[in-house]
Amino acid sequence: MIAARSACIGRRAALLGATGLIVPRSIQAEPDHAAADLPPLMMTEVAPGIHVRQGVYEDASAANDDAIANIGFIVGNDAVAVIDPGGSRDDGLRLHASIRQNTSLPIRYVILSHMHPDHVFGCAAFTDDDPIFVAHANMLPALVSRGEYYRRVLADLIGLDAAGDYAKPNRAITGLQTIDLGDRVLELRAHGVAHTDNDLSIVDRRTGTLWAADLLFVDRVPSLDGSLVGWIHELDALKALPCSRAIPGHGPASVAWPAAADNEQRYLTTILTETRQMIANGADIEVAVDHVAAGERSQWALFDDYNGRNVTVAFKELEWE
Amino acid sequence: MKTSVAMSLLILTASLPAQAAEDEADRAARWKDLQHAVFGDRVVEDGNGIVTLDAPARAMDAALVPVTITIDPAAHVKTLYLTVDSNPSPLAGTFHFGPAADPHEIRTRVRVEQYTLMHAVVETDDGRLLSTERFVKAAGGCSAPMGGDAKAALSRLGQMRFRVEATPRQSGVDTAQLLISHPNNNGMQVDQLSHNFIPARYIQDIKITSGDQTVFTLDADISLSENPSLTFGFRPAGAIEVQVEDSTQAVFKQSFTLPQ
Repeated sequence: MIAARSACIGRRAALLGATGLIVPRSIQAEPDHAAADLPPLMMTEVAPGIHVRQGVYEDASAANDDAIANIGFIVGNDAVAVIDPGGSRDDGLRLHASIRQNTSLPIRYVILSHMHPDHVFGCAAFTDDDPIFVAHANMLPALVSRGEYYRRVLADLIGLDAAGDYAKPNRAITGLQTIDLGDRVLELRAHGVAHTDNDLSIVDRRTGTLWAADLLFVDRVPSLDGSLVGWIHELDALKALPCSRAIPGHGPASVAWPAAADNEQRYLTTILTETRQMIANGADIEVAVDHVAAGERSQWALFDDYNGRNVTVAFKELEWE
Repeated sequence: MKTSVAMSLLILTASLPAQAAEDEADRAARWKDLQHAVFGDRVVEDGNGIVTLDAPARAMDAALVPVTITIDPAAHVKTLYLTVDSNPSPLAGTFHFGPAADPHEIRTRVRVEQYTLMHAVVETDDGRLLSTERFVKAAGGCSAPMGGDAKAALSRLGQMRFRVEATPRQSGVDTAQLLISHPNNNGMQVDQLSHNFIPARYIQDIKITSGDQTVFTLDADISLSENPSLTFGFRPAGAIEVQVEDSTQAVFKQSFTLPQ
């Protein structure tokens, strides 16, 4: 959790954002985190005012700075909402710079779609904006039990400073709630256990865009860290929303909706059916891990990195049915 | 007996830096110390041909590493010790077999904290100790956080499932899998609000009987995975009763009638 603000980041970002000037280094007393040296991200404006950075299809590494998730922001008439501030301190700083290239409107909300580090450890770059950190009501208890573990794993890869940190949510969402960015209402849905037990999705009413985050994976294999049965159920509910466009947590910046859900639905249902079969046949978990969803391998990037783990989680859930 | 073994194991792990990368010589030395802590000066023979230990060479999930121990029935084994040598608590479990046991195969799931040797040591009726080992590559299993659906896990605490294999492998012997819903929390995670360690809550004793005969008792510890799974053979002598006690002294009991 972030205990104190980082003053030097804030000053540089404020100077760059408010005046558009690059302040010479000699004027600044503090060592900088080189916000100006970090190039802004390649953002795609998927719909008017909705900007997405597509993450790489890789596991977190020192080389990629954990920039492996789709992150971005939405601009209303009065304010900006960040959707997932990134996977590390620098990922967050770069997103911040991208926002400031686009608008000087205040960053009023930082919406955290779920607790995984590739989506939230960039929080560290946004504290000086004093935003409202918004998350599913279950996210804080999840971070209470896992935050230290995530920080340690990320720090082992890129160092403790560079890892960044998550922020404690100020606003906990249950059910369906809305926020308004100035003639731009965003619907926030707190989902039942699916990808994780704290998934939040966002719908932009102005453009009919569903920011599904990690409830939707396209091209890159889904990762299960909640409930397989729950995820299949939540995906069905999302498909019924009147949105023509969706933003996955991993995959292209924007996809057609609900068509883009088909592959993921097939993958999850395959794991469900085949794992249940394994359990019914008395096969043990090692056998299931080696065989379930093997036919899906050519359909997904990073399949070998995640399918075995997905089957393990599914097996643990389904053996209790 | 149990407490003094646990104490000497704690001293043992304190003296060897568990996080340092170990080489073969380190591991052999660690096993030697562990043997001494558990068995004192007793001779531990090579159990090749009598006991085998199977585990994935590289584990998918370090918090859930499946292990299979097979034992030659002709060996008349009364006790089975399972170690995960480089874990903070290396004696993962001790099975004491009773008259209704048929210890030809035992399967369970363990947490593995770092690349490690594992050992299965059986004790025969005539007091011989026979050992086999396996090297497993996995890391972080003891400090890994709990599974993804925390609320479901807690609401299910202490519930059990018992499944008997449809086709007996041998006449008069059944094979069954017991699942116990329990976090088996090792107390190594930190609560981010209080910055205290989340208290350990783990299973310490499991007793399984069939009719009025004991199948086995298991002295367990934090090295067993969350929601422990045990697959074992037994000679049915009546309804199965399972009694589980955890480190908070909570007791869970459940009975299962056997299929006819």
